[in-house]
Amino acid sequence: MQELNTLIASLEQALLSLDRLKAQEVLQSALTGQVEPLIVATLEKIGEGWETGDVALSQIYMSGRICEDLLNTILEPNNEAIAEQPKMAIAELHDYHLLGKRIVYSIMRASGFDLLDYGQKEVDELVELVQKNEIKILLISTLMLPSALKVKEVRAKLELRGLDVKIVVGGAPFRFDEQLYKDVDADAMGKSASDAIKIVKTMIEEQK
Amino acid sequence: MTENTMTSMQRVLTTLGHQEPDRVPLFLLLTMHGAQELGISIKDYFSNPEHVAEGQMRLLEKYRHDCIYSFFYAPIEVEAFGADVLYVEDGPPNSSLPLIRKHDDIKRLKPPNAKESPCLIKVYEATRMIKSKVENEVPIIGVVMSPFSLPVMQMGFDKYIDLLYEQPDLFQQLMAVNEDFCVQWANAQLEAGATAICYFDPVSSPTIIPREMYLKTGFEVAKRTISQIKGPTATHMASGFTLSILDDVAQTGTAVIGSSTQEDLSALKAASQGKLTILGNLNGIEMRRWTEDQAEAAVREAIAKAGPGGGFILSDNHGEIPWQVPENVLAAISNAVRKWGQYPLDWIEDYGK
Ligand code: B12
Repeated sequence: MQELNTLIASLEQALLSLDRLKAQEVLQSALTGQVEPLIVATLEKIGEGWETGDVALSQIYMSGRICEDLLNTILEPNNEAIAEQPKMAIAELHDYHLLGKRIVYSIMRASGFDLLDYGQKEVDELVELVQKNEIKILLISTLMLPSALKVKEVRAKLELRGLDVKIVVGGAPFRFDEQLYKDVDADAMGKSASDAIKIVKTMIEEQK
Repeated sequence: MTENTMTSMQRVLTTLGHQEPDRVPLFLLLTMHGAQELGISIKDYFSNPEHVAEGQMRLLEKYRHDCIYSFFYAPIEVEAFGADVLYVEDGPPNSSLPLIRKHDDIKRLKPPNAKESPCLIKVYEATRMIKSKVENEVPIIGVVMSPFSLPVMQMGFDKYIDLLYEQPDLFQQLMAVNEDFCVQWANAQLEAGATAICYFDPVSSPTIIPREMYLKTGFEVAKRTISQIKGPTATHMASGFTLSILDDVAQTGTAVIGSSTQEDLSALKAASQGKLTILGNLNGIEMRRWTEDQAEAAVREAIAKAGPGGGFILSDNHGEIPWQVPENVLAAISNAVRKWGQYPLDWIEDYGK
């Protein structure tokens, strides 16, 4: 455990200072089976730092990018990490601010999750895709308040089709009003991108 | 309730001088609500400067607050550069496809002539019409995006962060274009009658970039730009954090800092004492579902924390109140300032006991 904590601290340090080589070294020194938990824990720590104001968004974005790159190019894809995942997808709803979604997607991928990226979608297109792909957990990112309010329509239309889907939301409006996710009938809300990991893990546990 | 003795302009100038005016000034930073007053769509509203002038005057009369806000919407600046703007029915318009698709496009980017840009001319016209009505009694707050924050709309956020970290030369080229534009646009608004310019610079906030990077980038850009704007400026981080860079921001030559609801107003007040006036920090997103009592409580708390000694203007924390916020909440805020904002703030001693 001590060992993992030291690795987390070094990886965090490397990522926040955008030191790719150092990050690569740390990841390569991790034992098999240790890579995912190491990345997850480090990205979660960085996410918490953002909520308290100690870490900047640019660092979260660059960290996610570096981890994703390293996993794709240097390390062997580790599919064992999280076996039997429910079908998941992520979308930006209604507005065109794709950065939040991109960061969540990178961080989820870097943490061993498999999910579809729908890009920017309007309510009806999104509902259609969710049904077609039999999505069980839907992550939605929005930056503008009117878009956040549209999550309610997504829920209503999914229910009309009798689809039981967990909706996880995030993005600035949800961070400023912690009750908003309930008002729009979402199941959970994440304040930073790495919260997505925790929330999805809990949901998977509960569905077992 | 004491009768107020000052005009809005006197009230604001007194607080900016870090003295206590007759009461805490209130800036209800309303943009789209003017369209509700006129019963027209947001798109229609912003298509005609007469609508905006009329809308702002009606809002002033209705809520008796202390400024006119001649801000249309942020992407009007990329519109001036030639991009499209996307309207929605129930919120501010957004920028559409970025002008700068790849980093190299920066080399060909030229600043538009701000004085002759048709979309910006609407803003000058609205400002002139309003100025002829309010004269020097009510300050008119114009808005510019900082040259440093504008690129998010010009090129997309991810590409811009990549540029910041990886292409320092192209970044400087882009800043030169944007600074030229920003100074022209700010000064043209001042000439049309704006009293002060609100410099929106959220990318400089520690929410978005680390302070070390800010000092090398947004800070230098702000110093250069603000020194060329021929009028007072307020800096706004659009509800991003500010506390850890307050001293730096004060050195850019600005007089006011917009503050986030996610930071402690008492701490901000202590850190900015005598250096910057605080503007803020009611939560605009939550306002949509506030009761009148909650509105009053929020106003009271903000005044208790930041009112004493002046140097404080009450407003929302973003610099724009969402379309969804109902009239009764806005009225409750305005009433609460009259009830709790009269100086001297004697009640504060017992507050929270
Ligand atoms: C920087 C900024 C700007 C910049 C750049 C904006 C941009 N991205 O295009 C500028 C100055 C250009 C700007 C302009 C405007 N802005 Co602005 N801006 C901000 C600010 C400070 C940060 C926004 C941002 O892009 N952050 C980066 C993204 C990635 O952060 P995020 O969405 O929070 O995502 C993080 C987490 O929430 C999480 N997350 C995101 N999605 C998901 C999904 C899931 C499932 C999970 C678990 C987590 C998660 O992960 C991310 C990383 O940790 C916010 C306020 C704030 N403090 O956040 C206001 C804010 C976004 N702006 C806002 C508005 C309204 C505007 C304007 C429309 C104003 C106007 N009238 O013109 C314009 C429109 C701009 C445009 N593109 O057309 C509002 C939007 C809400 C509302 N009131 O409707 C905000 C929230 C301010 C506020 N408090 O009200 N803005």
